[in-house]
Amino acid sequence: MRTRSNLSRRISQKTAFAVLLTATIAVTAVSLFIIIHIVVRGAAIVDWDFLTQAPTQAGKAGGIFPALVGTFYLMLGTLVIALPIGVLAGIYLSEYAPKNRLTKVINLAIVNLAGVPSIVYGLFGLGVFVLMLNFGMSLLAASLTLACQALAMTITTSREALIAVPAEYRAGSLAVGATRWQTIRHLILPQARPGIVTGAVLAMSRAAGETAPILVVGAAFLMRGLPQSPFDRFMALPYHLYTVAVHIPGMPEDTKWGVALVLLAVVLSFNILATVVRLRARKQRG
Amino acid sequence: MKLDSALTNSRPPQYRGTKLSTRHLNLFYGPCQALRDITLDIPERAITAIIGPSGCGKSSFLRIFNRMNDLIPGARVEGSVELDGIDIYHRSIDVVELRKRVGMVFQKPNPFPMSVFENVAFGPRRHGRVSRGELQDIVESSLHQAALWEEVKDKLDQSAFDLSGGQQQRLCIARVLAVEPEVILMDEPCSALDPVATLKIEDLMRRLAEKYTIIIVTHNMQQAARASDVSAFLLMEGDICGVLVEHGPTAELFTKPKDRRTEDYITGRFG
Repeated sequence: MRTRSNLSRRISQKTAFAVLLTATIAVTAVSLFIIIHIVVRGAAIVDWDFLTQAPTQAGKAGGIFPALVGTFYLMLGTLVIALPIGVLAGIYLSEYAPKNRLTKVINLAIVNLAGVPSIVYGLFGLGVFVLMLNFGMSLLAASLTLACQALAMTITTSREALIAVPAEYRAGSLAVGATRWQTIRHLILPQARPGIVTGAVLAMSRAAGETAPILVVGAAFLMRGLPQSPFDRFMALPYHLYTVAVHIPGMPEDTKWGVALVLLAVVLSFNILATVVRLRARKQRG
Repeated sequence: MKLDSALTNSRPPQYRGTKLSTRHLNLFYGPCQALRDITLDIPERAITAIIGPSGCGKSSFLRIFNRMNDLIPGARVEGSVELDGIDIYHRSIDVVELRKRVGMVFQKPNPFPMSVFENVAFGPRRHGRVSRGELQDIVESSLHQAALWEEVKDKLDQSAFDLSGGQQQRLCIARVLAVEPEVILMDEPCSALDPVATLKIEDLMRRLAEKYTIIIVTHNMQQAARASDVSAFLLMEGDICGVLVEHGPTAELFTKPKDRRTEDYITGRFG
């Protein structure tokens, strides 16, 4: 009896282990397959010219330069808008907000902000920035729209990073007569910086990959040149990928994979950057 | 008894006037009362020890003097607390100014995550423009006063976390001294330290008491006996509220306690 139950226990242990391992391998295999496939197919066309030339013949020839630059502009615009607001809101929520029902509602709202489908942000941006504020279909309207979406992440990561700073630092600083703001500015914020930066970089990488919102607030199908002002329309990698993959007949297969590869590289490199920032900060703290 | 031999090292108290005083002080945390009706004078340039069992409100009482309790939501103070005859809970009082005059050292050494130099310079930097040269003078003299200079003069640029626990605590004392306070509050400053480091801090306190008013919270009876001039004994009444049972010159309180409860406590019968 005893040995049998031991045996069955060992078998269930082994089975559970096998199931977990299989699940892990499956996940890794899928993402590796996608990445390798895109790299192999896309590498055939991605070269210096592909990155630095404007598209010709409706994207069938030439490069993707305006889309690449447009995506960087969008990331930059998102960062410039979403980071300061995110940090300020994070400071308020972590350091100043009273612990009452209103604060709870605000926190809940921020969490929900992250769950709103991206096309809804797009329509919100169309209604508010494009039409109501009359920014038109433009880089500015798109940056603002993506920034709204990114806020959930920049606020949350800033708040978490600030809360994680030990309370003894705050007490020690106040006890030598520093004001609350001085304590935040000179002691708490520097400690929270890696966490805040990580959140900002991840938010940028998400902005780089979004298609639906920019579709309705200003991404252009094809442009020969770069946007000259924030009120110009723009090209962007994800939307460009969508059009070359779906809308243009006779598009060479290599071009589609090439665009996908560049987009993937941009997004992945920002994700890796975020990881590096986080790991370095952890190592420094010891 | 051990305590008696410790007492012979203690200076006779020299009353030079009152630095801080409380009158009928009550402290509430929301609906709970933490301190009740405490009336006490703290002598200037002497060491006052606040003793009592855990949870009797010693730390809460200490935090009255630099208004650290203000940070706790729902904390409320009744009665008066005066520094040099001025009510520090009056509406016109700037808490930041108060905390410059009344510094605090915490139970666990809490150096900031920066260099030794920057730790000491933190306060002065916040309180206005100081030149690099002035800052260097302040840091050096504060570290001297905290009896730490010889040990750290070659590693001012190193992280404060590289120092030992006792050194870290003296660094925290130097950080307080750098803003030139008048009163130093110490909340069980040695409870995280080994006996050698503890003695160093006590020596340091004795020297600092020539210039500063020191209030120390401790649950170490020997420490109170060895290091303080005046002692105040706090006790929980019922099961919530800290009351002042007895206070007076340390030598008297430890050898001829007036209250039975004090005697029981210092002879180790409870607590």
